Amino acid sequence: MRGISPLCVYVLWLREMKKFFRTKSRLFGSLSMPFFFLAFLGLGLRRAAVPNLPSGVSYINFLVPGILGMNMLFVSMMAGLSVLWDREFGFLKEIMVAPVSRLSIVLGRTAGGIATALFQGAMILIVSLVFGFRVGSVAGVALAFGVMILIASTFIGIGLAFASRMRDIQGFSLIWNFVIFPVFFLSGALYPVDNLPRALRTVALADPLTYGVDALRWAFLGTAAFPFGLDLAVLFCVSAAMMILGAVFFETSEGV
Amino acid sequence: MSAIVAENLTRTFDDFTAVDHVSFTVEEGELFGLLGPNGAGKTTTVNLLATLLKPTAGRAMVAGHDVVGERDAVRRAIGIVFQEPALDGKLTGRENLHFHGLMYGFKGADLRRRADEVLDLVGLNDWAEKRAETYSGGMKRRLEIARGLMHRPRVMYLDEPTLGLDTQTRRGIWDYIRELKKTGGTTFILTTHYMEEADILCDRILIMDRGRVAALDTPARLKDVLGGDVVILDVDGRPEALAEAAKKHEWVRAASVGGSALSLTVEKGETRIPELFTIARELGISITSVSLRKPSLEDVFLHFTGTTLRDAEASAGDRLKAAMMSHYGRRR
Repeated sequence: MRGISPLCVYVLWLREMKKFFRTKSRLFGSLSMPFFFLAFLGLGLRRAAVPNLPSGVSYINFLVPGILGMNMLFVSMMAGLSVLWDREFGFLKEIMVAPVSRLSIVLGRTAGGIATALFQGAMILIVSLVFGFRVGSVAGVALAFGVMILIASTFIGIGLAFASRMRDIQGFSLIWNFVIFPVFFLSGALYPVDNLPRALRTVALADPLTYGVDALRWAFLGTAAFPFGLDLAVLFCVSAAMMILGAVFFETSEGV
Repeated sequence: MSAIVAENLTRTFDDFTAVDHVSFTVEEGELFGLLGPNGAGKTTTVNLLATLLKPTAGRAMVAGHDVVGERDAVRRAIGIVFQEPALDGKLTGRENLHFHGLMYGFKGADLRRRADEVLDLVGLNDWAEKRAETYSGGMKRRLEIARGLMHRPRVMYLDEPTLGLDTQTRRGIWDYIRELKKTGGTTFILTTHYMEEADILCDRILIMDRGRVAALDTPARLKDVLGGDVVILDVDGRPEALAEAAKKHEWVRAASVGGSALSLTVEKGETRIPELFTIARELGISITSVSLRKPSLEDVFLHFTGTTLRDAEASAGDRLKAAMMSHYGRRR
């Protein structure tokens, strides 16, 4: 029961990959949102004077790490939603009745979620180059992908915890509106957090994605609001905590 | 060792008791039926025995392992065909099997061989590379049976394995189940609300009604309890009077009236029909039609629960639905 089954993690990851590449509509659907944000915000605010931008950083260069963070948030929460789809289609029972630890199941789903999120992140990065995004160094890109993994684990953990306690897909749209959107808009993905009124800024500081986006900016641009070490420390702790939370919720939930 | 021992197994959802102090023992190699209307608690019982739900009270051992304390050992020992299809439609038949095998710790040549074996068993070789979403209802069921057998479980649950299938496909599935049973070793728990299915397939049947055990025995002995055949007489007026007169004879075990029809439980029914005609003539009642039926499980169900399966189904289904809705509704 205890312990991690590598085969289980592998097969859940494999299944996610197969489903991802076989469902073209899902691929285009989830890429469209970041693409529109990039296109309309990036082009629309190209000449606008957004206050408090780091000096010498254009808005598109500021925006792309934010959109990458948004992508990690959205795709990760989809991993939670996929549990609910599995429940809807009965497949969750097939998973839950298997003789593997619930931690293995959570890790397998996380691996699948991270892989799809990183793939989409790479696609967005390529598209953003067309919009004039400038990548500093290869090391910076590698670092950014590391940060993206931490962001993904955080929100996959949260998504799985929610999903283990929910029975239907409609309920998840509430979470989308009342959790995901605030987390996204407060994270400083679209504008510097310093532009927010004081009270909201405090809330933004409690938003894990704030540190994720900041770390991504640091990786790509070499300049950010917080020290990189602080960003990483927060992301490490929160992602570990959320993974444990997801696993505990899964362990104690009933399979049907 | 018994394959399954359930002692006062109970599960409630808020104030609704889906399974109520159910006790039974299933011997190894047996094909054991849980018969009852929808909402009688069959699926909940299976979910309890499969570790998918936790009992509120009581306990159960499957293949010698406790369903709460040794969940993993139980999970390794069982295979399930769920009531609703539990396949991933985006994966092919073979991929669904490989998924299952990997989850149970098989890999490489062993995994491939097991998948081939069970595909052979259910005759789905030609369809193995097609996505499961393109399968017919019967093929999905067969694939699920194949999957459930892949890790050679000691106990196999078949939860309404023929629900929603046409008659021909249903008979095909019955043949598979009988073949599997012949190969020996595996204990089968079959839930159904089809009398015929339980009668044909099961060694012993537990009749469940409103979460409780209504009766438990072999199909033959359950039918013996009724004490005879059922003779149904359609009469022209006053069936009650005829029922009264018939009941005076000791060979009439039971009599009930429904509309113009009179239903009698009679020992050796075929030899008593002439006498029934005589009784009717003396009362001036004319019999318009006669039918003789050897007892079915339907009658057994009526006997033990005081309601027909169909009526029980209508009320129990609604009851369960309402309870589940309020239970999960509150969680949201």
